[in-house]
Amino acid sequence: MGLLSSVFKKNVSEEPPKPVAAPQKTDVAKKAETTTKEVKPVVDKITLGYTHLSGCTGCTVALADNYGGLLTLLDKYVDLKYMPTLADVRHIQQVDVAIVEGSVCIQDKLAVEEIKETRAKAAVVVALGGCAAYGNITRFARGGQQNQPQHESYLPIGDLIKVDVLIPGCAPTPEMIRNVAVMAYLLLKGTKEQKDLATAYLKPLMTMAAGCNAACACDIMTSVINQGLCMGCGSCAAACPVRAITMEFGKPNLNRDLCIKCGACVAQCPRGFFNTDVISEYEAINEAIMAALQ
Amino acid sequence: MGAELGKYKSCVSARSTDKEILKGAQDGGIVTSLFAYALEAGIIDGAIVAGKGDLPWKPEPVVATTRAELLAARGTRYNISPNMSLIKEVTRSYGLDKVGIVGTPCQMQAVRKAQLYPFGLREVGDKIALAVGIFCMENFPYQSVLQLVEDHAAMKMESVKKMEIGKGKFWVFGERGQVVQLPLKVTHKYEQPGCHVCLDYVANMADISTGSVGSPDGWSTIFVRSKIGDSVWAKAMAAGCFETKPMETVKPGLELVTKLANEKISKNRKTLEERASFGTGKGLRNPYL
Ligand code: SF4
Ligand code: SF4
Ligand code: SF4
Repeated sequence: MGLLSSVFKKNVSEEPPKPVAAPQKTDVAKKAETTTKEVKPVVDKITLGYTHLSGCTGCTVALADNYGGLLTLLDKYVDLKYMPTLADVRHIQQVDVAIVEGSVCIQDKLAVEEIKETRAKAAVVVALGGCAAYGNITRFARGGQQNQPQHESYLPIGDLIKVDVLIPGCAPTPEMIRNVAVMAYLLLKGTKEQKDLATAYLKPLMTMAAGCNAACACDIMTSVINQGLCMGCGSCAAACPVRAITMEFGKPNLNRDLCIKCGACVAQCPRGFFNTDVISEYEAINEAIMAALQ
Repeated sequence: MGAELGKYKSCVSARSTDKEILKGAQDGGIVTSLFAYALEAGIIDGAIVAGKGDLPWKPEPVVATTRAELLAARGTRYNISPNMSLIKEVTRSYGLDKVGIVGTPCQMQAVRKAQLYPFGLREVGDKIALAVGIFCMENFPYQSVLQLVEDHAAMKMESVKKMEIGKGKFWVFGERGQVVQLPLKVTHKYEQPGCHVCLDYVANMADISTGSVGSPDGWSTIFVRSKIGDSVWAKAMAAGCFETKPMETVKPGLELVTKLANEKISKNRKTLEERASFGTGKGLRNPYL
């Protein structure tokens, strides 16, 4: 608790002083005090790259859909070094964190080179979205598409390189991208306490990255129901982007033909993972993330 | 232990002052009154509650946007209503911006995970305006209730007036006045297996949690937990929605809540330990690791 409650105070205090509108006098006073002491230099930002492989740009759109939050991220925390869509630079460079959208077509030499280079030049590699994480819809590819009909085999990046953090979902949500970005910043630039929180928050996403690179509606069967863990909350059904899951008699019913293999269901399931120490601090963490992005 | 009741800002015994709500309520009419007030005050646009399903005593998550719809959904059905299954839909085709949700402790955990790790729930978390949790020792699949009522209690589901778990028994009240009580020893094996790894009795992650345990008949115990909970509760009190008694003055009081919470948590911790090897050396998965 002590750990988590103090976590974002630093970031909050680093905001430029705002017109004082809200109450909470003590907080405001504290904020003003620290602001004068410590103004964040730009060099403290983390460097970020965005490698775009076989993905539909939905992940990019999700990132952009943080709107003002994205601008704050770029302003205060992140130096975007390369990204085909949102930056002028698309050439892969040395960065702290590389986000990868899309799977790798192994018949596409350039894609294979790019994933290798991304790994070689990044301290942390994040597989963003179902395709990079699990193959997702690209698993269903059979080739035959003009003008490269021989491009038929697509792999999640974790089948080719070591991945550190995984964000499942199709499309991944702007909020998850935002949360991971803020946590990555804390992990690399924060105080000891902030690093601890970031590690605790990111741990399940790291565990997923170290695990199996295939996702399916079947995970709900194999990891949850078959393990005697399902309690019928319905989160999996709500999370599925293609409505492949319905609740029948209080349990998930899976329409596996509809499933696109994005991994959102089992990731969202409270019995998939539930890190009580982090989630029980939901109030403080959510508030802090929002404050950091003000 | 000490953490068995979770964090809370205040704890009281309460019941609704709304006669109409109290009439059909299981205990103090707390959930219905809270949502009815929140609807009226514009705190929520609607709430996901357990409504009536397609079979007798089968709940179905529904979105209630009026007081009448809330009233229609009253009462405890002792089997699973997957309320989280509507959490995205409620913000989409129902178009709600401020969502209320009631649920078991595990569903409150699902709400908070949805807010902190929204993998497949875009623009849902910040629309959850009031999450009310209900105390829960265990839950039953629908077919288990069927088994208990029709097999053990020898009653037809459609002729049951009320079901209740209390005083160490599972009570089934028939339309014609007959009452059957089953010892919990009989009901245990029909419980939902997922409940046996559950480490939360009083919905630690709700904004406000409530249940009958600890308070006298017709009253409910209330924990006000989050900032949202605190503000909604204060407003509802100011609006005269509830009468309350200090928890210290009621019997059996917080002591019983603490005792039951500890019993549930230690029993299920033991289950988790046993699952770790399952006596076979391979073990079963632990979601908390
Ligand atoms: S069932 Fe739905 S959420 Fe789960 S992997 Fe398939 S498409 Fe994704
Ligand atoms: S989210 Fe998990 S626990 Fe909830 S219904 Fe789906 S499989 Fe069961
Ligand atoms: S015992 Fe736990 S898992 Fe089971 S319904 Fe209650 S809160 Fe959910």
